Amino acid sequence: MIGSLLPSAASSWQPGYWTQRGLQATVYRAPGSSPALLLSSTMSVRTLPLLFLNLGGEMLYILDQRLRAQNIPGDKARKDEWTEVDRKRVLNDIISTMFNRKFMEELFKPQELYSKKALRTIYNRLAHASIMRLNQASMDKLYDLMTMAFKYQVLLCPRPKDVLLVTFNHLDAIKGFIQDSPTILQQVDETFRQLTETYGTLSAGEFQLIRQTLLIFFQDLHIRVSIFLKDKVQNSNGRFVLPVSGPVPWGTEVPGLIRMFNNKGEEVKKTEFKHGGNYVSAPKEASFELYGDRVLKLGTNMYSVNRPVETHMSGASKNLTSQTQENIVPNPLAKEELNFLARLMGGMEIKKPSGPEPGFRLNLFTTDEEEEHAALSRPEELSYEIINIQAMQTVTKVPILTNSWATEMHTNGGTKKTSNERKSWLGSWESLRSQSSHDRAPAKGMTCLP
Amino acid sequence: MVAVDSERPKDPGVRQGDLGLRVHWCVLPFRVLLVLTSHRGIQMYESDGSIMVYWHALDSGDTSSVQAVFARGIAASGHFICVGTWTGRVLVFDIPAKGPNIVLSEELAGHQTPVTDIATEPAQGQDSVADMVTADDSGLLCVWRSGSEFTLLTRIPGFGIPCPSVQLWQGIIAAGYGNGQVRLYEATTGTLHVQINAHARAISALDLAPEAGKLLSAAEDTFVHIWKLSRSPESGYIEAALLL
Repeated sequence: MIGSLLPSAASSWQPGYWTQRGLQATVYRAPGSSPALLLSSTMSVRTLPLLFLNLGGEMLYILDQRLRAQNIPGDKARKDEWTEVDRKRVLNDIISTMFNRKFMEELFKPQELYSKKALRTIYNRLAHASIMRLNQASMDKLYDLMTMAFKYQVLLCPRPKDVLLVTFNHLDAIKGFIQDSPTILQQVDETFRQLTETYGTLSAGEFQLIRQTLLIFFQDLHIRVSIFLKDKVQNSNGRFVLPVSGPVPWGTEVPGLIRMFNNKGEEVKKTEFKHGGNYVSAPKEASFELYGDRVLKLGTNMYSVNRPVETHMSGASKNLTSQTQENIVPNPLAKEELNFLARLMGGMEIKKPSGPEPGFRLNLFTTDEEEEHAALSRPEELSYEIINIQAMQTVTKVPILTNSWATEMHTNGGTKKTSNERKSWLGSWESLRSQSSHDRAPAKGMTCLP
Repeated sequence: MVAVDSERPKDPGVRQGDLGLRVHWCVLPFRVLLVLTSHRGIQMYESDGSIMVYWHALDSGDTSSVQAVFARGIAASGHFICVGTWTGRVLVFDIPAKGPNIVLSEELAGHQTPVTDIATEPAQGQDSVADMVTADDSGLLCVWRSGSEFTLLTRIPGFGIPCPSVQLWQGIIAAGYGNGQVRLYEATTGTLHVQINAHARAISALDLAPEAGKLLSAAEDTFVHIWKLSRSPESGYIEAALLL
């Protein structure tokens, strides 16, 4: 007998009603079926800082590599070409914006992860925090590389807690980018301290929840990255290869031993078995201090100047489930999320290029033509629609404009916060500046080095 | 077999808000109920999924917003259904032979950290012995005897590693841990009898074939192993051997 549960319009759960919106289950009964148990997971509210900092770190690695690749010695450079000074400046500007105190404060508040769209908007803003400009195609590619890299790192973490080491690896490298700027260094160290405070005391179980939250976020991303394909850590279907050799995590024994004990706890029998993998003991415990040996290589810079990185779109979208039901009911979470987002970005202090300084365009592809082609051939499912947010200093409400979330904007479902809480949010908007969104300085012609 | 999915909104970029689903068929003396848990609460359905007979909302109470609220761990014991929660409490629901008149009869306090899994087996022999074991994020195992009032028989302390999965078979507790170990305990005494360095990563799940006495372990190291559980004919102590 086959029955199916259909989503119903009823929003309240009462016995006799079918499933609430958002749940769909199909039940099959096989003869003599035994109880089936399916594993799933829940969401941690402490995941956003880790997601943001690690993605930001990857973004900086990529930008640094591209800027170096297109670098021209200072004295030989024309007015519209990148120099070493420009590169350092771009990185400084972005890092300083990323680690802005107010922004970090908002980030570390317990909250659920933003949608991919919302997060992409933040990085779009961040990437344009300096004189650098990116076309849509380059920004898309940048974001693809960032997300796949961090997904890889999370997946391969031997212990759930190791995601913190990955974060520290990124921060250590970021400090390397801004060695000459003591004020920004201080900001980064402060963030380090905040990370230790927030995550230092979490249990293994809480880290497992964080790990699951992150993996769910990355669940349907299978974009192939050339550097991963070449190193054989990613298959041609976009899935990552999980190694079955190497050191076991700190705290785990190498598999292969069965020990048996009597009532007094004395070992009475010992047998060995062949595990199938090729594991060795963990060499040493990693350091979670401000300075120390992280042991883990995940999260360190895998890009070098001579290894241009491509992404492959085709086939990546095969596993996105087809949308069988149009969701015409506005998602009540969307508006709340946009409010969070506006608050978060309100804390971002973006230095607008002032005066006659032009914006320099960075191309993540080898040629302009390639970039154009990539923009045209990007699969629909993988397009990141950008949310335009204007955060104004003088108003007490934020007018939110979006490209594509018009339906959500017509909902009059308010946020669940009380008016008191809303006041304190507004208080934190003191440092808002008027910001024009997607403001592109006229792009200078770029010379593209082979 | 039950397959569960969350309805995807049209836009793949929009985050789903309703994650955190566990599903279990609870086989009771006179009926079978399908139990679902999520961060909103616990739902119970008739076994063909046609109608929801009960809903228990999770009380987030005075939780600070930093804690995730969820129910996790579902098992049937006699005419009870037990569900674990993020507080560590185990909710015991009394299920009538038919109809929706389900009552929350008890809240078991034994765990201080979120419950991960619950395992039960029909009571063995004449004396009422341990027939339920609950596990949590700290690795602590609580061994219970079911009844109109559940009794905590013994506690098996953890060692700082979560125990995501636990099974109970013929008085043997099989527990899988986050460090890849499988441990077998005597349920009545809580004594450790077998320690297997089974996997190189955290164990995701254990499953048991009760008639054959075979235990299956699956872990994040990509391996699945099958173990033969037995008792030594001389000493009666628990033993285990790798089959696959």
